[in-house]
Amino acid sequence: MMDILNALTVLINFTVIPALTYGSQLALGAIFVTLIYAVLRFANFATGDMMSFGTMFAVLLTYYFQTTGINFGFLPTALLTIPFAIIAMIIYMLLIDKFVFSYYRIKKSPPVQFAMVSVGVMFVTQAIIRIIIGPSDRRFIDGEKFILKANEFKEITGLNEGITLKSSQAITVILTLIIVSIMFWFLNKTKTGKSMRAYSDNEDLALLSGIDPKKVVMITWIIAGILATIGGVLYGLDKSYRPFVYFNNMLPIFAAAIVGGIGNPFGAFLGGYVIAFAEIFLTYSYKKFIMYVLPEAFAPDTMVQAISTDYKFAVSFSILVIVLLIRPSGIFKGKTI
Amino acid sequence: MRNYENVITAYIIMLLLIICVGLFQSWSIALTILNYCLISAVMTIGANMQWGYAGLINFGIMGYTALGGLAVVLVSVEPVKKAWQAGGLNILLSMWVIIIMVISIRFILKKFNKTKTRSLGILSILIFGIYLIRSTATPGIEAIEAVDPARYGFLGGLGLPVLLSWIVGAFFAAGLALIVGKIALGLRADYLAIATLLIAEIVVSIIKHEEWLARGVKNVIGLKRPAPYEIDLQRSEWFIKIVEKINLGKLNLIQSISDRQDALKQMVIDASSIYVKLCFTGLFLSVVIILLIITQKALYSPWGRKMRAIRDNEEAASAMGKNIVKEHLLIFVLGSAIVGLAGAMMVTNDGLFTPGSYRPMRYTFVIWVMVIVGGTGNNFGAILGGFVVWFLWVEAAPIALFLINIFTAHLPATHGLKVHLIESAPYFRFLLIGIGLLMIMRYRPQGIIPEKIIKQ
Repeated sequence: MMDILNALTVLINFTVIPALTYGSQLALGAIFVTLIYAVLRFANFATGDMMSFGTMFAVLLTYYFQTTGINFGFLPTALLTIPFAIIAMIIYMLLIDKFVFSYYRIKKSPPVQFAMVSVGVMFVTQAIIRIIIGPSDRRFIDGEKFILKANEFKEITGLNEGITLKSSQAITVILTLIIVSIMFWFLNKTKTGKSMRAYSDNEDLALLSGIDPKKVVMITWIIAGILATIGGVLYGLDKSYRPFVYFNNMLPIFAAAIVGGIGNPFGAFLGGYVIAFAEIFLTYSYKKFIMYVLPEAFAPDTMVQAISTDYKFAVSFSILVIVLLIRPSGIFKGKTI
Repeated sequence: MRNYENVITAYIIMLLLIICVGLFQSWSIALTILNYCLISAVMTIGANMQWGYAGLINFGIMGYTALGGLAVVLVSVEPVKKAWQAGGLNILLSMWVIIIMVISIRFILKKFNKTKTRSLGILSILIFGIYLIRSTATPGIEAIEAVDPARYGFLGGLGLPVLLSWIVGAFFAAGLALIVGKIALGLRADYLAIATLLIAEIVVSIIKHEEWLARGVKNVIGLKRPAPYEIDLQRSEWFIKIVEKINLGKLNLIQSISDRQDALKQMVIDASSIYVKLCFTGLFLSVVIILLIITQKALYSPWGRKMRAIRDNEEAASAMGKNIVKEHLLIFVLGSAIVGLAGAMMVTNDGLFTPGSYRPMRYTFVIWVMVIVGGTGNNFGAILGGFVVWFLWVEAAPIALFLINIFTAHLPATHGLKVHLIESAPYFRFLLIGIGLLMIMRYRPQGIIPEKIIKQ
């Protein structure tokens, strides 16, 4: 019995908790991608860099707050800066929309052209980020680092294995759940949310029934800005902030959005966790787990790993390719919100 | 003739810009830029075939480039005998297992109807096959990677001439494109972009982490060259004589014999590097010209008209009895093969294979900017785009530094803003390319040299 509990503890500590955290970060990004896709109808290749842009403000403000002595008790100071970062992010997004995207929207350009334009935005955003903050790796988490340490857990339960719960992990999961539930409430229950869904479903009909397209687009960018900034800051708190990594994160985020059915926010939310769990479960070495579960005679001498950790990213991309092959519309039917 | 005027002026301006680099910076840098411009031009010819002729969006250029580079290693490097003895058999065995797996799965897919048992059967073949591959390959891989890991640790290549690897690289890329095309070409345009981007990432990550194949992130250096080596040139009599003859005027001004010898030595060293680069330029230029002739002929042939018809109206072309799926696959494979060729050329030019350097920014998005800026559907435009964008990409940092120095001239040298800006000068290239792309997309969506339809 003890062995099985130990085995479960190992599994929770090394796979479930990291996967939940990483999945939440991906989910926020994936909802951002999906919203843009559903309402504005293009694949936004600037996703990763927009998240990075919002995070950059949070990082800079955190440094500023730290020098002025403002802090958030045992929570990271970065949480305090999120509202300001979101405002900066929204302003940036609305400016980009006004000067870049709106022209093509009025012209009703094909989605491919939008995608290319978003590549241009990606270049510009990346340049601005690197000119302002530079390409180096930054950690900006402060406050209490751990909620639960492995030793404490061992003492409380008397098990051989411990569970470590970092505060960044707990914050990520809780904040994601709050934000996502508010967003779903907004989309499903409020009038503005319903008008967004109508616009995404059938643009012409929505216009006929008196929905203001400008307002819908603006609201979309605002929600997108909130999601992008929070997703980016949470990722940075959990790991670290580095512009190049954020650009690369665009790829698993896309994978999550498509796996969940692009254009479907709930699908994107679950898609994030699907990708994260698959990545971590397939690259985790089960040696320790098996040592607890099986009798000693069967103890494995290899790592018992499905795929080497080098291929962590490749796993999510392969899942995407398989989904595209078998069910191009994603696990949940995509297209409209 | 008037139609060609702007093409000719655009190319002359480009050439003048490169000559300016030669005059103000150095001829060696100018030739390096020119060589890379030519390689980029080959890539854009490939990408333009897919996007300009057929409207297929391929964000996987990085993957094909990397495969082309891999071909250079696999073809031209001398085989590592010890590694073959240590684990070659295991690798060959697991290759066989893969081939048998693929054949049996294809057989099952063809012979049986879609049922649960079929899916389960395929799944069990996959799991059993992967288990078999891992158990045969792992000891072999470990043995190979243990063979002199600082120098080898991989199987090596076939030891064949390097020029052959260019063709092999094209075939490698074509093979990958065939698989990718079968999987992804039915997707909508932006899905296709994402799918190809991610597949390219998978390819690059395999090349990066399979060290027995091409040393992975440990890089392969000292690859063969189709041009002479600088050291050999510096030792050969005829070369020194030629350099002496060219620079006779300058040398005669120097009085003392030892100074004259030193000056000559320096000149020979400079001239040898320029000579080698010129050899590469000649090779690349001939590749570009051959490709240009072929693609121009293709573009204005009945086949090219058919491609444009499919691009502009798929349904109408389909109604006229054109096989869209087949044509799309064909052009996807052809375009990718050209990109693979460019990848092989690039690795040959560098003389080293660095899988870690294949990043989507540099090898996918910049190439796309080249195609869009130059002119989609026009080969001359695509090549010009390759030249212009590569030139900006390289020269953006010096230009930015120059501008920063002008605008912050009134600030003291230690001023925080000035130091920060000078440090971040390299990143202005992203800004320049991005704004350039947005401007072109907005005000000249057909590119610098637009597509020209000749009415027969």
